[in-house]
Amino acid sequence: MDKFKILVVDDETDFLETILARLKKRKLDATGVTNGEAAVDLLKNQLFDVVLLDVKMPGGMDGIEALREIKRIQPLVEVVLLTGHASIETSIEGMKQGAFDYLLKPMKLEELMSKMAEAFEKKSKHDKKIREAVIKDLTQQHGSTPSGE
Amino acid sequence: MKTSLYTSLQRKIIGITLVVSFAPLIILAVTMYYQFAKTCKNKTEEQIEYRALAQAESVDLFLKERIAILSAMADTHTFNEMIDEENLSNIFNVMNSRAGAFVDLGVIDSAGMQRVYVGPYNLKGLNYYDQPWFADVMSKGVFLSDVYMGFRKLPHFIIAVRRNENNKSWILRATIDPNILEGIVRQAQIGSTGDAYLLSKEGIFQTNPRFKGLILSQSNLNTSLFGRRVTVVELENNEGRKLLYAGSWLKNSKWLLIINQEPAEMMQSLFAVRNVEITIIVFGFLAIIMTTIFTTHLAVSQLQQSDATMQELNAQLVQSDKLAAIGKMAAGVAHEINNPLNVILQKTGWMEDLLEEEDIKKSENLEEFQTSVQKIEEHVERARKVVHNMLGFARKMEPHLENVDINDTINQTITILENYARTNNIEIQADLSGKLPIIASDQAQLQQVFLNLLTNAIDAIGKEGLVEIKSRRLDSRICISIKDDGPGIPAEKQKNVFDPFFTTKETGKGTGLGLSVSYNIIEKMGGKIRLKSQVGKGTIFTVEVPIVAPERK
Ligand SMILES: Nc1ncnc2c1ncn2[C@@H]1O[C@H](COP(=O)(O)OP(=O)(O)OP(=O)(O)O)[C@@H](O)[C@H]1O
Ligand SMILES: [Mg+2]
Ligand SMILES: [Mg+2]
Repeated sequence: MDKFKILVVDDETDFLETILARLKKRKLDATGVTNGEAAVDLLKNQLFDVVLLDVKMPGGMDGIEALREIKRIQPLVEVVLLTGHASIETSIEGMKQGAFDYLLKPMKLEELMSKMAEAFEKKSKHDKKIREAVIKDLTQQHGSTPSGE
Repeated sequence: MKTSLYTSLQRKIIGITLVVSFAPLIILAVTMYYQFAKTCKNKTEEQIEYRALAQAESVDLFLKERIAILSAMADTHTFNEMIDEENLSNIFNVMNSRAGAFVDLGVIDSAGMQRVYVGPYNLKGLNYYDQPWFADVMSKGVFLSDVYMGFRKLPHFIIAVRRNENNKSWILRATIDPNILEGIVRQAQIGSTGDAYLLSKEGIFQTNPRFKGLILSQSNLNTSLFGRRVTVVELENNEGRKLLYAGSWLKNSKWLLIINQEPAEMMQSLFAVRNVEITIIVFGFLAIIMTTIFTTHLAVSQLQQSDATMQELNAQLVQSDKLAAIGKMAAGVAHEINNPLNVILQKTGWMEDLLEEEDIKKSENLEEFQTSVQKIEEHVERARKVVHNMLGFARKMEPHLENVDINDTINQTITILENYARTNNIEIQADLSGKLPIIASDQAQLQQVFLNLLTNAIDAIGKEGLVEIKSRRLDSRICISIKDDGPGIPAEKQKNVFDPFFTTKETGKGTGLGLSVSYNIIEKMGGKIRLKSQVGKGTIFTVEVPIVAPERK
């Protein structure tokens, strides 16, 4: 698995701390925040590959609102929703807003990792396509092969 | 209690129907009977009256004839011709041969002396001057006596006519045998109880009646009751029986002809009609009673049936209400439970991670740690399952429709459980109909139902036994039955097994949600789950799913 950058957003600090520790132990680059606003702020300054986003957070922004903001700031980031209650309505709403998938709490780390891997793979492909498209664009504009930097 | 309600309802309906239908029938029968009795009585009276009149006329005619002959003889012969004994004897013979009934004949002169006599007695020379009738005939010209004994000690009566000849009067007198009169009168008697006789004004029998009484004895009939020429009265006789009496006065107004009759005898036809009426009514009653009982029974049992169906529907409603309530509650708490569970799971995961580290691996309690961590994970999984199953009720669960082959689904389910069954020495036999159509349904949900039912059957049997699963098509439904030869479910528990959290399994082994979830799933598909069980014999669960044709693509 390529090394990728993960952001975990959950109001449950006990969970947040533990999951970060476990991911780091597996040599993954994971960061955590406890609310939607903090996540949005962070994403404005840093690029991430996958965001794990709790759907239900008290006060301020809830998961779906945060998702909408995140997708606006970084359209290419893949979001996996975490929910304690798999209400079809919320999940469908999440998918419409561009989430990659959702996971039911409690979930095993293995489930989480494979889901993130799928999300990352999708993002990588997407990234690659976009890069190719951009390169093609540039080639056509300049009528020559792109010059390396 | 409920059945007594139906019986009392049935009784009420029958009672009301019978009263309403019987009352007019009885009223009709009674009025018809009285109407008929009245006309019958009128007719009887008319008949007896007519007879009395006719018979009186015959008696009148008889007497008139005798008097006419006597008068004719007197008028056509002189006194001197008459007193010749031979002549008179001739005349007597002529009279008897022409008319009859004359017993004797005599000629009486104006001094009352019987000058000549023809007849069975020797009455020549008797003087009648002091007899009351002598004066009568001398003044009126014609005389008819009542019946009396007279000299001869035999009942008889006489007629006499006066002849005036050269300022001198003489009398021709004849005796008449009342037996002949009796013969005429008796012609009017009717049937076996009727009587006919003559009475004088004073009520003395002038002829022998058929029953009670003798000629010349006093009858206890009051002749003044008979005022007009013909009168019909109803009287009680000595024995207290009612008799109809018709009395007709003769023209001479001396004698009364009586005909009596027991009305009952004349009313035979009435009784015949009455009997027919009674028979018709009895049969009518029986028919009405039977029809009423039959129809009410039909109606009440139909009512009972629909009540039972309603109750069943109600029970189903209560059941699905219960499930919906559970679902709502589950949705509320799911989040609150799943988050702590999630923390617990991650913490144990972290502990597992740490147990991999070298320095801890050296700890002598490493194994204890590892099993504890595993146990925690197991129980988190158990709790997760409960919450997850409960959420099964919360979802609107629009079944996701796809083309489902029920038999395939059953076979897949059997494959999943085969190992589990085999280790417990339990055989699963499938008897699947080859004629099932493909239906539009939710395969995953159906599989969950079959899995629940089969697991229950295997669990119920425990060790060694047989589970039979059958699929059949029934009209517009597919019927799947799962039968086991386990211990069965006692009747008092049968209504509880579909309740959420009802389980008889050891703690940790069963959530008690299997059947209620299955119930919920099948109900949402528009189907039904039923159970039949006998303690000691086994249990059959039957699932009915409506056949919904898949959409053509
Ligand atoms: N085939 C059967 N024979 C006898 N008893 C049965 C049978 N099926 C169900 N039951 C009874 O009904 C109870 C409820 O069944 P249900 O499937 O709802 O829950 P469970 O099997 O106890 O738990 P779970 O299905 O969650 O593991 C069972 O505990 C058992 O007592
Ligand atoms: Mg939360
Ligand atoms: Mg069960």
